[in-house]
Amino acid sequence: MSAEQRTNSAGKVKLEEQEIGAVLYNVDPIIMKYHYEIDYMHSYAQDSPFFEGLSKGELWGSKCPVCGSTFGTPRGHCMNCGAKTEWMQLPLEAKIHTYTTCYFGSQEFLAETPFTLILVEWPNVDTFFLSRLLGVAPDEVKIGMPVRAKFRRLSQFKPTDVYFVPEES
Amino acid sequence: MRPVYMIAGGITKFAKASPRKDFRYMVKEAFDQAMADVPGLTLDMIDGSVASYFSDHFTRQLMAGIMVHDYLGLTPKPSKRIESGGATGGMCIQSAWEAVASGRMDVCAAFGFETMSHVNTWKGNEFIALASDTNFDYPVGGFYTGYYAMMVKRHMYEFGTTEEQLAAVSVKNHANALHNPYAQFPAELTIEDVLKSEMIADPLKRLDICVMSDGAAAVILASEEMARKLTDKPVRISGVGTGTDAMRMADRPSREVILLPHENAADYKGLKYPGVHSFRGGRTAAKEAYKMAGITNPLEELDFVELHDAFTSSEIQTYEDLGLCKYGEGGKFVESGAAGLGGKVPVNPSGGLLACGHPVGATGLMQGVFALWQLQGTIGQHFNGDDTLQIKNAKRGLIHSHAGTGTYITVSVMERGF
Repeated sequence: MSAEQRTNSAGKVKLEEQEIGAVLYNVDPIIMKYHYEIDYMHSYAQDSPFFEGLSKGELWGSKCPVCGSTFGTPRGHCMNCGAKTEWMQLPLEAKIHTYTTCYFGSQEFLAETPFTLILVEWPNVDTFFLSRLLGVAPDEVKIGMPVRAKFRRLSQFKPTDVYFVPEES
Repeated sequence: MRPVYMIAGGITKFAKASPRKDFRYMVKEAFDQAMADVPGLTLDMIDGSVASYFSDHFTRQLMAGIMVHDYLGLTPKPSKRIESGGATGGMCIQSAWEAVASGRMDVCAAFGFETMSHVNTWKGNEFIALASDTNFDYPVGGFYTGYYAMMVKRHMYEFGTTEEQLAAVSVKNHANALHNPYAQFPAELTIEDVLKSEMIADPLKRLDICVMSDGAAAVILASEEMARKLTDKPVRISGVGTGTDAMRMADRPSREVILLPHENAADYKGLKYPGVHSFRGGRTAAKEAYKMAGITNPLEELDFVELHDAFTSSEIQTYEDLGLCKYGEGGKFVESGAAGLGGKVPVNPSGGLLACGHPVGATGLMQGVFALWQLQGTIGQHFNGDDTLQIKNAKRGLIHSHAGTGTYITVSVMERGF
């Protein structure tokens, strides 16, 4: 006899009633609603030094020692020739390649709206970097605007540890 | 490789939610509609299937593909699942094409579905955004409309594309869908309506963006011998092409334009390509498909196009990738009416994703079904007698399926085979 099974006074086997878990959401057709949440172990693996850099106020990209390609967002191996890349420190001054202000978002970020996303570009770096822009009204953001990287004082080891603000003229 | 034909298709009416039918029953409905169009075809004549669905998160059921294959009565025959983001449906058709072209199968069923109603819209956006790099992109504000907004901002900067031109795509596609009984969101809109709709991610507004849907679609492909035996209106898939690009938008390079046969390098002097304003994968897919189908000037040689307009901006960018106009001229192309129902090459006569809905795994198959009916001349027959959307004497069309920020893109050319 399993733990869930009990014997009542009449000696009949009966499954215990429960009031946990799914709730009846609709009756025709029957729809059940339940919560669904997990702890997940996400390793930054070969990208880990980038996040360590953010905690020290440094921005790191990659450079290919074989073909010379440079990457504004780091990658362990070169997307053009396949060679293992080397780490390359990026300047904190950059420009806006493109941008948008999000007034809605995924559920995880809904509470943070509106927020402005930018692709950051550096001269002589082949690719870009996605980040948030702070300190500018949405209608004042421009492509080509000079920006500067700033870092959270208390690192969360997330790509949002770095953000950009307009470069003071 | 041997010739491959599409002989039948079926589709459910796309809807915000379909709680009365699960994904198996929805596919069964689409599949039975396809089977009904080819009465000579029985289950035992189908050699296998390919399943198309995007997100295990939406389904919360792993191996849903085999559940459908089983529900349709196709076990123990071969089957497999295809997944390539938003392009899953287009890729599914190409996978079935490969099965028949190689001679492995004589008849292959391709089916797709998505059930996006099981979570709220913003959770759904979160699931979709997990199709972006979870180290560098998703945590910054993972939101696909935001990504496409950044792409079109750059398109506007490079080429002068306007918000009114984006709105013109929305007006056209929603109006076409007024005559499509399978569409989720037909609407009579004005440019003003679109411009005044709620801003989601600048410059994309609510009416520039497709909605989430539940739905299913299915097509049946066959060898020449089986196609001739089963239908007097076979449609040949005469060209297939696939292209890709880096998952991270930030990784897109600046190179030279990949040219189609009718273009010259001089047309694009000084243009950095693809950057984030264009889809190199779309151009690559088109080039491969055109070569196989023998197309040298797509604008002159295609009678219609069903393309992946998850956003109005992607339709404009895709006119250019497909070579219907030069890079930079997409905005003017829609404004000129060339993509309208009576235009030079009607684009998304069905209403596209914007108005039909976008149950991801079914979307590319939906395009296949509508393109099939266009080329068979059976739009009226399938649309309750309304043949407003039937393109007169349509002989050759193109379907285009596209995954997040242009990572996977398929182009297939279909032509009348009778």
